[in-house]
Amino acid sequence: MSQPTTPPKALGALGTYLDERFHGSSMLRTNMRKVFPNHWSFMLGEVALYSFIIVLLTGVFLTLWFRPSMLEVEYTGSYAPLQGVMMSEAYASALHISFDVRGGLLVRQIHHWAALIFVAAILMHMMRVFFTGAFRKPRELNWLIGATLLILAMVEGLLGYSLPDDLLSGVGIRLMQGVALAVPVIGSYAQMFLFDGEFPGEAIIPRLFTVHVLLLPGIMLALVGAHVLIVWIQKHTQYPGRGRTESNVVGTPMYPAFAVKAGAFFFFVFGFTALMASVFQINPIWLFGPYTPTSISAGSQPDFYIGFMEGSLRLFPQWEPLIFGHPLSLSTLIPALVIPGILFTALMLWPFLEAWITGDKRQHHTADRPRNAPTRTALGVTGITFYGVLLLAGANDLISEIFYIDLYLTTWIFRVSLIVGPIIAFIVTRRVCLGLQRRDRDELHHGYESGIVKQLPSGEFIEVHQPVGADAAVELRSKVASEPLEIRTGAVDENGVPDPRTRSPLGKLRGAASRWFTRDKVDFDEHDGGHGDGHAAVEEGAGSGRAAVSSGPSDKH
Amino acid sequence: MTDTNDTNAGGGAEGPDDGPARRRRRVIGTPPATGPALAAEDPREAAEAGAAYPGMFHARPEKEQRSGERWASVAFLVAMVAGIGFFVAYFAFRIGEHAPEGSATLAARYSNFGLGLSLAIALLAIAVGMTIWVRKVMPHYEVVDERHDPPSGGERREFGDYFMKGANESGIVKRPMLRRTLLLAMVPLGLAPIVLLRDLGPNNIEVLRHTAWAPGPDGRPRRLLIEGTNQPILAAEFDSPGSIITVLPEPDPGEDGHEGHLSLTEQAKAVTLLIKMRPEELALPPERLDFTIDGIIAYSKVCTHVGCAAALYEQTTHRILCPCHQSTFDARNGGEVIFGPAGRALPMLPLAVDSEGYLVAVSDYPDAVGPSFWERGPNFWERGNEHLDPEEGS
Amino acid sequence: MNWITARRRHPLMGYAVVFFALVAIGTLWAVLAPNADRAEARTQEAGATQQDLAAGQALFEQSCSSCHGIDGQGRNGMPSLQGVGAAAVDFQVSTGRMPSMNPDVQMPRKPPVFTEEQIDQLAAYVSTSFGGGPEIPASVDPDEDYARGDIELGQRVFMSNCAQCHNFVGQGGALTGGRFAPELTESTPEQIYEALISGPGAMPVFDDETLTPEEKLGIINYIVTVRAEPDSGGLFNLGRLGPSSEGLVAWTVGIGLIVAAAMWITARQREND
Repeated sequence: MSQPTTPPKALGALGTYLDERFHGSSMLRTNMRKVFPNHWSFMLGEVALYSFIIVLLTGVFLTLWFRPSMLEVEYTGSYAPLQGVMMSEAYASALHISFDVRGGLLVRQIHHWAALIFVAAILMHMMRVFFTGAFRKPRELNWLIGATLLILAMVEGLLGYSLPDDLLSGVGIRLMQGVALAVPVIGSYAQMFLFDGEFPGEAIIPRLFTVHVLLLPGIMLALVGAHVLIVWIQKHTQYPGRGRTESNVVGTPMYPAFAVKAGAFFFFVFGFTALMASVFQINPIWLFGPYTPTSISAGSQPDFYIGFMEGSLRLFPQWEPLIFGHPLSLSTLIPALVIPGILFTALMLWPFLEAWITGDKRQHHTADRPRNAPTRTALGVTGITFYGVLLLAGANDLISEIFYIDLYLTTWIFRVSLIVGPIIAFIVTRRVCLGLQRRDRDELHHGYESGIVKQLPSGEFIEVHQPVGADAAVELRSKVASEPLEIRTGAVDENGVPDPRTRSPLGKLRGAASRWFTRDKVDFDEHDGGHGDGHAAVEEGAGSGRAAVSSGPSDKH
Repeated sequence: MTDTNDTNAGGGAEGPDDGPARRRRRVIGTPPATGPALAAEDPREAAEAGAAYPGMFHARPEKEQRSGERWASVAFLVAMVAGIGFFVAYFAFRIGEHAPEGSATLAARYSNFGLGLSLAIALLAIAVGMTIWVRKVMPHYEVVDERHDPPSGGERREFGDYFMKGANESGIVKRPMLRRTLLLAMVPLGLAPIVLLRDLGPNNIEVLRHTAWAPGPDGRPRRLLIEGTNQPILAAEFDSPGSIITVLPEPDPGEDGHEGHLSLTEQAKAVTLLIKMRPEELALPPERLDFTIDGIIAYSKVCTHVGCAAALYEQTTHRILCPCHQSTFDARNGGEVIFGPAGRALPMLPLAVDSEGYLVAVSDYPDAVGPSFWERGPNFWERGNEHLDPEEGS
Repeated sequence: MNWITARRRHPLMGYAVVFFALVAIGTLWAVLAPNADRAEARTQEAGATQQDLAAGQALFEQSCSSCHGIDGQGRNGMPSLQGVGAAAVDFQVSTGRMPSMNPDVQMPRKPPVFTEEQIDQLAAYVSTSFGGGPEIPASVDPDEDYARGDIELGQRVFMSNCAQCHNFVGQGGALTGGRFAPELTESTPEQIYEALISGPGAMPVFDDETLTPEEKLGIINYIVTVRAEPDSGGLFNLGRLGPSSEGLVAWTVGIGLIVAAAMWITARQREND
């Protein structure tokens, strides 16, 4: 540690300059000591932020050479097998970037890897927020912003995939056209407007380019700003622990330590992306050839984040009824629009739905341990299973080829798993969560298995159980805080009269949903737990933690 | 530690309370420092006055700091060397036209690898250096930050009152005419951007029904040309059962007498898969047999699901498969769907042979090709047609 | 044994076991998996002598007739060899697909059983005895001549007629009924030519009327050039399978490395005060 130093003259002057104009010193100082809890899972959102920055930086570089034009030209660049081939200017300029601009290929590959990592990080971040219940009041709006960002990121990625106008890109655009045509009543007109006429026309790539480099990044930048700002204002959630309550946040201050951590992490994300771009080839557009509507490659797949839509298109059976002589392309509409629509609507509405079901209006700043909210956790795993089956089904031809399974059989396996898989996932996850809770309870009351085996004078062997530490006890106890406070709908008041709210159909539904959601039989206060197994109950270390957790401003309303 | 009310309470765990290692991994908080931490002889005490968070002594032992500093500096030096390597790679690996003849892909690979690896090493070394810096040189401590209580009901009511007073003052509440006319004024302006988008495209959706197979201006049926080579096909020579080839319609001659050219947009609708099978393998109703010539049968290559190229033909099963979503059509019986999501059969192109023996299309496809759209209507055969009327498709 | 017993509760033990199991499986697979050596082959029935025919007949009766019949008519659902011709025989036998012990919907590529000379004898016998089929024109030797093929035309024809099954660089793809279009990574120019004209298995036929020999050489040239081309984008081409393998790598390698870094940065530290 160096001796306390006076700030360099220039810095001091700058501080004075700013303070005289914005009165910012004290505010700045408050914000600089903003506290961030330490946990790797709290860094996932940062991965998304940093990969977004990388995508922006590399994207700007690419626009310097990329020409979003569908004008047909003859390729005269350096890649020999395509010399003399007629192609769009967009594809030719993408080849130019890859083979004739130094660093162009690298930047293109970083752009693509960072885009994949961007969406993957958003998904990971969302899972973390979901399973820890960090979307609950007061953070519902930020969850909405995040979900919107996920959708925009997917669309943005799809547009980027479409821009180079190679054979895979073109298939993606073709799919957009097919889906647009399938929309009832206005579909044909929507397609005409989108493409300025028929597919492929000459307008679609310039139009997608504008949306890809200007419109969507602008909106996303604004939303990312709002997202981070809200985290800043609301302060981060934290995992339960000693000294951590609902009314404080414990962690590393923004300045100086966390700033350096975040900086290091940015360099890690950028560095690993660059490493991947130099070692793993991604999207070798020169091998795909220029787009022509007459051709297609086996295994034409979208990037992974569109994979679930691809999968749902593959799984859906033939269904195209005529409605008064008008064909209704349900086998396109349902998988491409309705299923993603339901998925994302459910995702966005969940915080409000859960609050409605549990009647929980408290502020939550402590993250749930996933096991302590078994129904929510099980629902999350159910959703992930559904999504995962669709994603895998999007590559069913590769699965069929690699594992020698009949192509139609893979489709059927995925069709069945799409229905059965989530149900099994729900039941199993819920059981696992409850099992883990029971283990927690046992550990709390009886200590943990130390691995030390002793022989009693009587000759009996026993394993010594040792009491859990105080910190662990807080963690194990944290379930108490997640118990909803709501008077169960369906309950009666002191006169035995049912709450009037429970009589309406909606009220009954709410009551049923609430009972189902909190049907959670592990009681942590039941000290002996009915176990007659002879272990001495261990109480030390449990009390203090519990007090810490439940001392939050739990019921203000 | 216990003398600071500002530090993380988790740091002060008493020894016996802490479980052994297995438990400790999941413990929240930090085990007590076991090193020499006697305040009296601690040189770090002097640092207290300079700490960012007063009241906390948390400098690491100087030895640890010095080692951290050394390792971080090593990492930063590696980053600098790698960064210089990036420039070297930039100028050393020539690509494109400057690359040795015929090795553009190899040159691109070296360049990509050289630039990428040096960049990655530079970035990662900085990352590692900073992490060592923050973990070994900087003091580690956690601080507690109080959350602000959520706004109370009183504050909220105050704001509501204030807001309503202002609204009353502005007259917008009391003067409905003002309010309503203002809203009316906004409506057209709100719609303007939507109207402005009208010219995004034409609304002539009838073009979706027609392809370049319709006979040309002179009324002559169009020949089938092999895609890529542009050769017409003699019906008699397309005679190996199990043969397929992708064909496009013969374009109108170009204006300047040059060979005509079919735009990608025309190709996207007109592309056709020509199949030859043994005539006895066809399972078509007699009226549809008119469309074929001696076991030669032509289907639209545009999948009726979302429009990928339905291009994959198995000559043993006579299935046409679309590789995008695995819609499967039976080439023997008129392209009926036998698996997958496609909604309807692949349209068949009516074939004939011209006077020189070349394959021609009698007319355009009688059905719109490609994905269904709202105005498409029922299929040609479902409309009750028995025989092809050459005018029908054109 | 004591050494292991002492350490089996070590935290890293689980990983070690998984690691060794993977190595063991990998080694076993490397030993058991078919290896890629194979002899080159080419039809040369033109110069076939009576002795060749006799030798070919002997081979046929010994290795082929049990399924295809002494008369080459096929039996029990096995295909007839009437009119298949020498090119088809050469393709099937030189790629090791025939003779097959285990006739199935899909005949995978294997090391050939017969020598080049034996294959020629067999092909000569089959085409003389059961009727000739499509042949490579005498004027074309694909293994020598493919490099003169027009690669630009080849690219276009390959994409519109081959890539739908074999993928954009010939990595193969799935067909229905458990069949698949094989990879073209090992096929010789001659074998590709033979496959085009004979249409093995589910593959359609591209005879010399639809695609002239020169055009076929263009396709072959494109396939051979592109498959031999170094991958510009990196040491690993991820199977040249397209976005699916890229997504897998992004999730495993990309997210894996980044999460590891996040764990290091946020790992619990001793509070030093």
